[in-house]
Amino acid sequence: MSPIAHEPSTDVVIDLIDAVAVLGSFPALAGATLLVRRGEIVLLQGPNGAGKTTLLRLCAGLIPLERGQGRVLGVDLKNDRELVRHRVGVIGHNNGLYADLTVTENVRFWGRTVGASAAEVDAALQRMGLNGRLADLQVSRLSAGQKRRTALAGLVARRAELWLLDEPHAGLDASGRDELDQVLKLAAASGATVMVASHELERAGQLATRQVEVVAGQVRELGAP
Amino acid sequence: MSNSLKGSLPKNSSTVIATARLIAAKDLRVELRSRVLLNQVLPFALIVMVMFAFALDSDAVLERVAPGLVWLATLFSVLVMVSRSFAVETADGALDQLRSAGVPAMGIFIGKMLALMVQLMVLVALLVGAAVVLYRASFSWEGGVLLVTTAIAATCGLAAVGTLYGGLAAGAKGRETLLPLLLLPVVAPVLIGATRATESAFGTNGIAISEGWPWLGLLAVFAVLFSVAGAVAFGPLLDD
Repeated sequence: MSPIAHEPSTDVVIDLIDAVAVLGSFPALAGATLLVRRGEIVLLQGPNGAGKTTLLRLCAGLIPLERGQGRVLGVDLKNDRELVRHRVGVIGHNNGLYADLTVTENVRFWGRTVGASAAEVDAALQRMGLNGRLADLQVSRLSAGQKRRTALAGLVARRAELWLLDEPHAGLDASGRDELDQVLKLAAASGATVMVASHELERAGQLATRQVEVVAGQVRELGAP
Repeated sequence: MSNSLKGSLPKNSSTVIATARLIAAKDLRVELRSRVLLNQVLPFALIVMVMFAFALDSDAVLERVAPGLVWLATLFSVLVMVSRSFAVETADGALDQLRSAGVPAMGIFIGKMLALMVQLMVLVALLVGAAVVLYRASFSWEGGVLLVTTAIAATCGLAAVGTLYGGLAAGAKGRETLLPLLLLPVVAPVLIGATRATESAFGTNGIAISEGWPWLGLLAVFAVLFSVAGAVAFGPLLDD
């Protein structure tokens, strides 16, 4: 396991040192150390049950940090983890969309959870390429890739600074995957930080700026893909 | 992402109110689009009323039991409406997303409760109309006032309990069968109170309107109790 330098920086988005998170009585993360900077796209790889999803959930403030140190977007995970939730966007196997509403209505809904203006919602739709004929389509009529894009537009509209994606390519066809990769690269170029847990190493490796491996609840640095 | 775009979500009362309005508006919009209330719940409730009329087959009996049948049909319909309200949230993981995005649970509870209450008011209005047509129920102007206030208090209580238990059952296996088991015993006081108050409003068996107001008090206490308990308990309940 290669050590990771932990110099203080305003660009640091995730800073975990020997982080331990427990599921029931099982330490799903057992001393994970990870530093992620703004604008990076980090690929998390590793076998099932290694702790990838737990790492994502810890960074989203959804589970407590039992031991070690952890800061996400400057928020201390030990004492204030709930404060980080609205600045982080988590997308797993589900998109969190309402099938009966249109693309615009869904994105507007998620934007308004943080008080986003109409202009911000429009900008989010535009950035994700959803401002054309798709905007007024009901989500139930979209393809899997378009649904995923709508969910990501929701993250933009609600100003998520850190995107945590669990197997985002699952269920998408080839064009949907290409679409998704473009969107994530665009998001990172705009300053969002993206962490992707994936088993599709070739696909996610092309996307990522950096790879880490999660094994037995610990994080191992693999460097650039 | 620029610093100016950094969100801040203070969990104060204005955030809860804004969230409640957002959720209620979204739920009502979903209903307008899907028309589940219009195309499924209202016809279901009307069919229940008609079936009661066939089963009892006596004008005198129907007139006497009309208030109870209105509220029984409402209770059956509540089960469908609560299931639908949370199916919308769980179908694509939206409820989980709301919680993981730090959206205040109290606002989610109040919003879903308000949307359910609005839909229940429409349903009760239709069922009272059906009771007038099918069961020959009638009421005076004073009875109408009692009926409206009863409907408001009873639907508020039903919406509060329905939202609380709907949230509880949302993530559970076999939630379709679990929900009636959880919900129906708890709302028995609403059935009793609303039926007695509606009997007074209709003047069933010569009961005076003044006798209905104490039952309205029971409904109001129930509504306040479960609204407060639900608003407080909803967050921990979802997180578990």
